[in-house]
Amino acid sequence: MVERLDQLFVLLSHWLVSFLPAGLQQAGGILIGVVVIVCLYPALFAIAVLMERKGLGRMQNRYGPNRVGPYGILQPVADGIKSLTKEDIVPLSADSAVHFLAPLVVVVTSFMGFAVMPMGRNMVLVDLDAGLLFYFAMGASTELAVFMAGWSSRNKYSLLGAMRAVAQMISYEVPLLLSSLAVVMITGSLSLTKIVAAQNSYTGIFPHWYIFTPWGFAGFLMYAISTTAETNRSPFDLPEGESEIVAGYHTEYSGFKFALFFLGEYVAMFSISGLGTTLFLGGWSAPFSFLTWIPSWIWFFSKLMLSICVFIWLRGTLPRLRQDQLMNFAWKFVLPLSLLNLLVAAMWRFLGDGWERWVFCSAVLLVAYVVVGLQEMRSDHFGPRSYRYVE
Amino acid sequence: MSVISYILAAITVGGGLAAVLLKNMVHCALAVSLAFAGLALLFLDLDAQFAGFVQILVYVGAVAILVVFAILLTRSSETPKDGGVFSPTWLAGLVVAAAVFAVIGWAVLNSVGGLSYETAVPAVTVQQIGQELMGRYVLPLEIVALLLTVATIGAVIVAMHEKEDAK
Repeated sequence: MVERLDQLFVLLSHWLVSFLPAGLQQAGGILIGVVVIVCLYPALFAIAVLMERKGLGRMQNRYGPNRVGPYGILQPVADGIKSLTKEDIVPLSADSAVHFLAPLVVVVTSFMGFAVMPMGRNMVLVDLDAGLLFYFAMGASTELAVFMAGWSSRNKYSLLGAMRAVAQMISYEVPLLLSSLAVVMITGSLSLTKIVAAQNSYTGIFPHWYIFTPWGFAGFLMYAISTTAETNRSPFDLPEGESEIVAGYHTEYSGFKFALFFLGEYVAMFSISGLGTTLFLGGWSAPFSFLTWIPSWIWFFSKLMLSICVFIWLRGTLPRLRQDQLMNFAWKFVLPLSLLNLLVAAMWRFLGDGWERWVFCSAVLLVAYVVVGLQEMRSDHFGPRSYRYVE
Repeated sequence: MSVISYILAAITVGGGLAAVLLKNMVHCALAVSLAFAGLALLFLDLDAQFAGFVQILVYVGAVAILVVFAILLTRSSETPKDGGVFSPTWLAGLVVAAAVFAVIGWAVLNSVGGLSYETAVPAVTVQQIGQELMGRYVLPLEIVALLLTVATIGAVIVAMHEKEDAK
């Protein structure tokens, strides 16, 4: 019974596919998986948007939207109808072909990341041997679309916002990849299903998730910082903050194209949180060994929504970082620490089982964090203000 | 050669032709990114998963952005006021591209005799690539890393020098 509830969607998909002739069954299975992903994540997007507005409202000591349904539950429906019926304004001098393509590319590359994510036991759409590499390849394509959006609008603020966004995304991509690399090193495979399977064992009641190891905890923190910057979320949302640069690279988009950008940003947040849970939080495995009777997909989506809540919490709490503070943070703090994390993960592997490796690895990481942090905080020398003019 | 290979080849060649023929420089840069993506899909069609994904990650994710920034930060991004989609020097571009293709094709075809004949498609996993990189090809790997470090330091020095000059 527990087994069938766990494999509910897999069995449902097999039953639906059995109506097709034998030649089309594989294509039918893939089609069902794609349709489920394309329908499920926008529904989660609607829930997340509502959670964000209510959550931010409560953190800012006000109610969120509460007019549209009981407690504002139907607000996403109202938002959807509004964005569909708004006039689509394209600036006269804008490059209309690229302007049209940019939101499409953002949404498509954001959705592609879900193809390799294991959302439950046996519930992955494509089980690639190099799954993690595919995921990061799709993330890299998103940056080009952001640039296309900013440049084609023929607007100084859009261009500036797009260049800042691309610089930020490229800078934080390196720590993102390096912190994921520690996980790949310890697991020995790039395949996401194998990474989850390696975390699915228990000692006593405690799971073997990578976040419960010193290098995993440091790696998870750096991964969380890098994902917040990659998806342009607060406190790294200088490229799109309203008080800074109007709306950055999506200033000149109205109506449904803006909704597509919004959707693309949230879907990217979901997929990168999903990757974070797969790499560090054990994917679909239960937190305690006596809870494995709860289906695996419930655990995956719970961890995903918990990550989204943490994103919303960060947005409501922390002030925005300035562009140079952001870049300094990436290159001078997170990147050296993520390189050190690789070394610590290697030490963890080769020190053998026992309490020594816990103490040694934690000590190395803590000392490095304190030393690099103090170094960074000390090197701000403020002299008289200097001006640079454009020649 | 299946239908998919022809379609992917058409996309790649179309992207390359557009990169040579179009007037607006940023359009050319985006067309060359399309050609890179087409090449990546061709790699995937030939079952070289690692090469395909790394092609997207490196070329579309980094080299294309580099090209686009280089175009933006120089003057050539100004939009041409007179109409027309194709650049006025399209014939020269095509001739140069065809000449480079001929030279590279001649070099590749002349060196085919030195390769051994494979009878079956080898199934290459990422682990095998990693072991070859760390084992037999570790010296080229380190030389490439040194080259990248030198390029990064050079870029930092060029940018820093500009800042001191301006003040």
